[in-house]
Amino acid sequence: MTSRSQARLGRVIALHLFLTPLALVWLFPLWMMVVFSTMPDNGIFSPGIELLPHDNFLDNVANLQRDTNFIGAIGISVSVAVTYTVLSVLLTSMAGWALARYEFHGKGAVVAIIFGTITLPYAVVLIPQFIMVARDFALANTWIALIVPPLFNSLGVLFMRQAFSMMPAELFDAARVEGVKEWRIFLFVAMPLARPMLAALAIILFLASWNNYLWPLLINSQPGAMTAPVALGTLIGLTKVSWGGIMAGAVMLTVPMLIVFVLLQRHFIAGIAAGAVK
Amino acid sequence: MRTQNATAYRFLTPYLLIFAIFWIWPIISSFIISFQATRTVPWRFAPAFNWGRLIGDPAFYNALKNTLLILVIQVPVMIALAIVMAVLLNSPLLKARGLYRFAFFAPVVVGEVAYSAVFRLMFSLDFGIVNKLLNSVGISKIDWFSNVTPAMALIMIAVTWRWAGYNAIIILAGLQSIPEDVYEAATLDRVSRVKQFFHITLPLLKPVIVFCAVLSIIGTMQLFTEPFLITERGGPGGGTETLGLLLYRQGFRSLNFGYASAVAYTMAGLAIAITLVQLWLMREPK
Repeated sequence: MTSRSQARLGRVIALHLFLTPLALVWLFPLWMMVVFSTMPDNGIFSPGIELLPHDNFLDNVANLQRDTNFIGAIGISVSVAVTYTVLSVLLTSMAGWALARYEFHGKGAVVAIIFGTITLPYAVVLIPQFIMVARDFALANTWIALIVPPLFNSLGVLFMRQAFSMMPAELFDAARVEGVKEWRIFLFVAMPLARPMLAALAIILFLASWNNYLWPLLINSQPGAMTAPVALGTLIGLTKVSWGGIMAGAVMLTVPMLIVFVLLQRHFIAGIAAGAVK
Repeated sequence: MRTQNATAYRFLTPYLLIFAIFWIWPIISSFIISFQATRTVPWRFAPAFNWGRLIGDPAFYNALKNTLLILVIQVPVMIALAIVMAVLLNSPLLKARGLYRFAFFAPVVVGEVAYSAVFRLMFSLDFGIVNKLLNSVGISKIDWFSNVTPAMALIMIAVTWRWAGYNAIIILAGLQSIPEDVYEAATLDRVSRVKQFFHITLPLLKPVIVFCAVLSIIGTMQLFTEPFLITERGGPGGGTETLGLLLYRQGFRSLNFGYASAVAYTMAGLAIAITLVQLWLMREPK
């Protein structure tokens, strides 16, 4: 073996010796979430070190359901996340399309306002949004309250504007020469071409809605109107509560997303790398 | 190109309406509310009411101090870790890359409530797996929830676990956009890899790192769920109280909208100031 390839081998080993423990530490909380969700409560609160799953998962789900209507809350979360994602993708794509492909009065102002306010913390709009939705519109504890206000998110607009402006103009001009209407060009020419970007955006938006906590906590606080994270959050800190149940809930919130992440990793990473949605 | 006002606004209006109602108007409204006394009916204009109280409020200074402390420790540590992760994940020498990527990127999809619950359980005093493991290597157990320093450390550990991979994804994308031939030339000139990292990679990554830092600072500035759920409403005794929690408490527990708006605008002011400093750091060197 030459000294060059020996040095290379040394670097390979050093790299893996450093990265493997770090990866294990990083996976540990997720692993423990799964382990806890399969343990009875007296197992979780026992002095021994348990690092392998047991077989108590379904009992824990039943315990969780006894503490709060989690299955119902999951139903709300799924419906809200799907509706929000469809609406948000549509709204931000339309706006992104207009900003990318047309010249119009006020375009500069619209872009400037979006960019100028994008780094403002969400906390700034929380109070007026709450007053408006809960008091003025009297929409607390409704689906509309969960779905509509978060549609303001402007990062999707910038993401889709970028996607549409990279497409060659000839594609659309050819259709225009044949007299195709603008909305048909958008829907049947531009949108299909933007499929990878739309997938990335949709995944990120779905995830944001699925995991959203603060706004649903404030606006939908009645038991029958809670989303799954809010319902789970109400149990944390209670004294007489099944921690195995809470962990089963955490697993039900997390594992489907992990599977989606593994299957659609490329789109996920594209969405995050483009800063699509924070 | 001729202007196409009608067509453009047909596409733009639905979004602009939502944007105006749920983003632009609340930004203005919140600013106005911060100058109003909101616990009387009707609300009345009282410019010094909330801001005057804020300036003399020990609870505000406590939350501000904690938030800034988390900010100056957690954000740099996390960004440094994210750079290390990204650079190593990008190494051509790495085997089983997919597994490592999964390990570091998986927390990105985990919700705040789910991971707060896990961290709370993992770090509990007598039955938490972390203390059990520390014990088994001879370190006495740490009371993560009753003492301020460990409680703050726990919040920082949790946030770092959740967001390091997110930043690593962005930095990795930045790394992959650096052309290969830059490194080839340096290798031919016998520049060591460590020197290549500090003199080629880091300067070229600067815009991406600043972007990550701005996002992270704005995120940490609003930190709410972790001290709300993990250290139970900012405990022990306000030791992990943040501006986000103060806003929640004032706005939605005491229903003191005016004071909460003043807290919100303090956060906004800090975020804007920090963003401007970052942009200034980013300017082209002359």
